Amino acid sequence: MKNSKILFWFLIPLFAIICVPFYNRLDPVLFGIPFFYAYQLLLIPVTAAITAGVYFYFSRKNK
Amino acid sequence: MNMTAALVFAGLFGFVTLLGFYAARWRAADLTSLHEWGLAGRSFGTVITWFLLGGDLYTAYTFIAVPALLFGVGAFGFFAVPYTILVFPFAFIVLGRLWSVSHRHGYITPADFVRARYGSRWLALAIAVTGIVATMPYIALQLVGLEVVIAGLGFKMAGWLNELPLLIAFAILAAYTYTSGLRAPAMIAIVKDILIYITIIAAVIIIPAQLGGYGKIFSAVSADKLLLKPPAEHNLNGYSAYLTLAIGSALALFLYPHSVTAVLSASSANALRRNMALLPAYSLVLGLIALLGYMALAADVSHLPEYADYFKQYGANFAVPALFLHSFPDWFVGVAFAAIGIGALVPAAIMSIAAANLYTRNIHGEFFNKNLTEKQETQWAKAMSLLVKAGALIFIIALPKQYAIQLQLLGGIWIIQTLPAIIVGLYTRWFDHRALLLGWLFGIVSGTWMVASLQFKGAIFPLQLFGYTIPAYVAVYALLLNFMIAILVTFLVKSLSLTPSLDRTQPQDYIDE
Repeated sequence: MKNSKILFWFLIPLFAIICVPFYNRLDPVLFGIPFFYAYQLLLIPVTAAITAGVYFYFSRKNK
Repeated sequence: MNMTAALVFAGLFGFVTLLGFYAARWRAADLTSLHEWGLAGRSFGTVITWFLLGGDLYTAYTFIAVPALLFGVGAFGFFAVPYTILVFPFAFIVLGRLWSVSHRHGYITPADFVRARYGSRWLALAIAVTGIVATMPYIALQLVGLEVVIAGLGFKMAGWLNELPLLIAFAILAAYTYTSGLRAPAMIAIVKDILIYITIIAAVIIIPAQLGGYGKIFSAVSADKLLLKPPAEHNLNGYSAYLTLAIGSALALFLYPHSVTAVLSASSANALRRNMALLPAYSLVLGLIALLGYMALAADVSHLPEYADYFKQYGANFAVPALFLHSFPDWFVGVAFAAIGIGALVPAAIMSIAAANLYTRNIHGEFFNKNLTEKQETQWAKAMSLLVKAGALIFIIALPKQYAIQLQLLGGIWIIQTLPAIIVGLYTRWFDHRALLLGWLFGIVSGTWMVASLQFKGAIFPLQLFGYTIPAYVAVYALLLNFMIAILVTFLVKSLSLTPSLDRTQPQDYIDE
């Protein structure tokens, strides 16, 4: 995988998870779900979208 | 006995049994070759790989144990979510290289790769034995998942007859894995995953509605359970434990032989990378399943008299089955329990195939009989897959369940010790094979020692450092020690100019385009 600078995008989910003090809280509550849970659940699709973006970037590069 | 649920359960079970045997004819090929029996000819595209990896990684035990952890200890159990968030970007980066080099040289196991990369059959033996030993209790735990749902159906008999459904389920599983190889769990995984999605979508709509919404559910959980224990003076408490558990588990997942088996059966590195963006769909399901633990608390199932006996026997592991029994109509309980039960069969099949491949390729073929023909190799692997499953079954019936749980805990700590050889080995040959072997040994011993010092009750070790207490996942501490030893000894070996071993791979083997 050449031009692997794009892989630095993966630092976003890593950083988002390392910030435990930021999300270890109850408020704001989203759809009745405390922030601790809602935040981490929301990170799943966000990370999937980043991964998809990186994938498409590579597959376009390799054409 | 819950007749309706049991009939639906048995019907779905019968259906996947037929599929399992039929799978031998799917994409028909010569099943006497280990590449076909053990890796399905490396032919699975994006969609089948998605089902197979989903069925392989998100096991019945996960579906029972993760919510049980939230039910029992609270927020800490949610580490499964950040773990599955981190694992796919990591896998995206490294798995393409593993797939490519294995495809180029026909490797079937991770130890095959290590053998060729480092020219050391002893290092490969260490990798293979670690893989087998870590996998065995994992298979046994799948049986726990199966046992819990069978018990939940209300099946009760005297003495050993009580284990009869489990024995039958496992005998069937062993038979179709023997005949169809990896094709069987791949096909069954499709049914299992569809059932799981149906069950979970129904559960997250119906159960919160019955309980009066998510707000009500969370307000039923005691305040100290809802969040991680924040750091106090000189102690990082829940924060470091939560983080290292998520990161350590993410690093360990794709070192397990059954993960590698599913990865190598993909038809291209791109099919794998696509899956790393698609597999989080299961993570979302897992996150929702985790919350079932709180729903079980809100429904207060452990205090309902009809489930008291089960909770006494299975503890928090009965939380989800009890919640389903309490909330769903009988026929749907059958569907949900079948989803979990079949969810035990898929990974158990893949794990037994992976362990059998390791034994055949890296122990038997390397140390006992170097001249195995392809046919003999497959025969050995098939026989071993039976033996591995029989071993797991005896384990779970004859010994206290606690042993399997503790061994699986240790398994995660052991398997991560193969990371320097396998994952780092994909990028650099800087490490010396003797240094890696020594690092592995220190990692295994120190990890086991730390867990022993915790009386095998947990995997969070409170390390004292400069007057601070840093509780963290034992696997991470042991891995750090492993790396330190491997780096030091490599420097030593290089400064003494000892002869390096042969590397049978080429740099271009790792790149798939």
